[in-house]
Amino acid sequence: MRNTIFFLVSLAVALVIYFGLRAFGIDYLFVAGYVIVQYVVLATAWNILGGYTGYVNFGSAAFFAVGAYSSVTLITIATHIEDWFSESVAAALNTVFPLPIPVLVVIAGIVGGLIGYGMGYLTLRLRGAFFAIATLALAVVLATLVVNWEFVGGSSGAYVIAPAEMIFFKSYKEYLFALMLLMAVGSLVVARAIERSKLGYGFAAIRDDELAAEASGVPTLNLKLVATTLSGAMMAMAGAPFPYFIGFIQPSSAFGLEYAVNSIAMPMIGGTLSWMGPLVGAVLLGTLQQLANVTISSAVNLLIVGLLLIVFVIIAPNGIVGLVQDRLRARRTK
Amino acid sequence: MSALLEVKGLAKRFGGFTALENIDLNVQQSERVGLIGPNGSGKSTLVNCICGTLHNDAGTVTFDGHSVNGLEAHERTHRGLARSFQLPRPFASLSLAENLKIPMFYTVHKRSGTPLHADNVDARCLELLKLVGLERKAHHRPKDLTQVEMRKLELARAMAAEPRLLIADESMAGLSHSEVEEILALLKRLNESGITIILIEHIMSAVMSFSQRLVVLVTGRKIADGKPETVVRDPEVVRAYLGQ
Repeated sequence: MRNTIFFLVSLAVALVIYFGLRAFGIDYLFVAGYVIVQYVVLATAWNILGGYTGYVNFGSAAFFAVGAYSSVTLITIATHIEDWFSESVAAALNTVFPLPIPVLVVIAGIVGGLIGYGMGYLTLRLRGAFFAIATLALAVVLATLVVNWEFVGGSSGAYVIAPAEMIFFKSYKEYLFALMLLMAVGSLVVARAIERSKLGYGFAAIRDDELAAEASGVPTLNLKLVATTLSGAMMAMAGAPFPYFIGFIQPSSAFGLEYAVNSIAMPMIGGTLSWMGPLVGAVLLGTLQQLANVTISSAVNLLIVGLLLIVFVIIAPNGIVGLVQDRLRARRTK
Repeated sequence: MSALLEVKGLAKRFGGFTALENIDLNVQQSERVGLIGPNGSGKSTLVNCICGTLHNDAGTVTFDGHSVNGLEAHERTHRGLARSFQLPRPFASLSLAENLKIPMFYTVHKRSGTPLHADNVDARCLELLKLVGLERKAHHRPKDLTQVEMRKLELARAMAAEPRLLIADESMAGLSHSEVEEILALLKRLNESGITIILIEHIMSAVMSFSQRLVVLVTGRKIADGKPETVVRDPEVVRAYLGQ
């Protein structure tokens, strides 16, 4: 299937999901749906670096938070325009500010991409556990910076008020859900396109054996930088609408452990070798977590992740998609 | 005629340990050179320094008239230097055909500058797998291969980069007599098609029948370089292998 056809098909599926949920007329479905779809984006983004090239990033929460806080920064700037600038400049700026969320998403993508590139440049000579620890360190450094940065609320957090009225959409949550759904479609299209391209083969070579990849002519460092940049940008984009979604943002919510854990666990459970893996993992785990949220308690979420990870490491080390593909391949080569 | 590969005064140290010292080596176009030496004599380190996996501390490596010092391994592969690894290092998650696609996409494609057509790539992969007798397993994963097949895949992948110089690092270790013959015949066929080959091997019968010239490394130094029959009678070489 060509990339454009795949894009159109996924867009159609997204539209069906959106109008399906809208038909219920329950706003909570959009809230729960937003969280699940957000994890589709995060898991897919993590998988580009972690699954395709085999570099495990423990700092997903940091990239997510970079996106969230780049939005908070721009939203806060909008509230200070009148204090900082003369009347005429402020009037001109106020025609642009506050920036619409899609623009915030793009800006978050740029910031996240730059930080991803920087992280890659500094850490990609490290491999295995050492790389993973370095990404964890990056998350701690960024969290410390945000905690001490008063402008975006520091440790006490910041309120972000979403506009009350929306065109077309019945509520702001619904608008955010639709936006995130679109981003999920985008991230799946990107991941799938990479997988079937020369870039994807290069990533796979790096994952399987970096030395042999170099000997086959693969410029490994450059390709890993492409992966960290792309992955960082997509994670930050997933975080950009978060302040509007949550209403009150503080470092502990944006840098939450669940983002780091989920964005690793979801691709692992779904399967890391294909674009379908993170999608399956995120939908499965995300839905389970949302169900647990309303039926048991939100604290049980990470327990579910932990238990499922143990089960899958034992019965399907290549994830659900890997398991199915192996079965199919075995049948074909018999 | 200038040599295809010219190594001059090459040295490599790991901390206080000198792995290679003042190595000079010239290899002419289309030549078959055997490189031997006891374990730990620096053969693989020399290969790594020539191919860019390791960077030499002193000396120069010149390939086709241009210095490749400081170039990364992939850049040297682009210029026509290819190697197989002593222990096969296949891309485990890819099929055999896909294993060969990597050097085609990243080396052959880059060198020619024009995109390769997908059908051509597939056809070329099958052709190469046929050359090493693995065409029936084109869609299998490397884990399904036997040891000798794994080594053939290793050679096929090095070939897929369309090299001018192929360095085969112990491609025959642990293989049976008939399997050694198979790989030797394959290497000779490649050489006849114009590819220069450096063969690193412990199996003396294989090295002797294959090489036009034999180079001997002992404890990081080159102690002999010449016709195989003369070199194996060299007292210093005999001493290195058999002791005094």
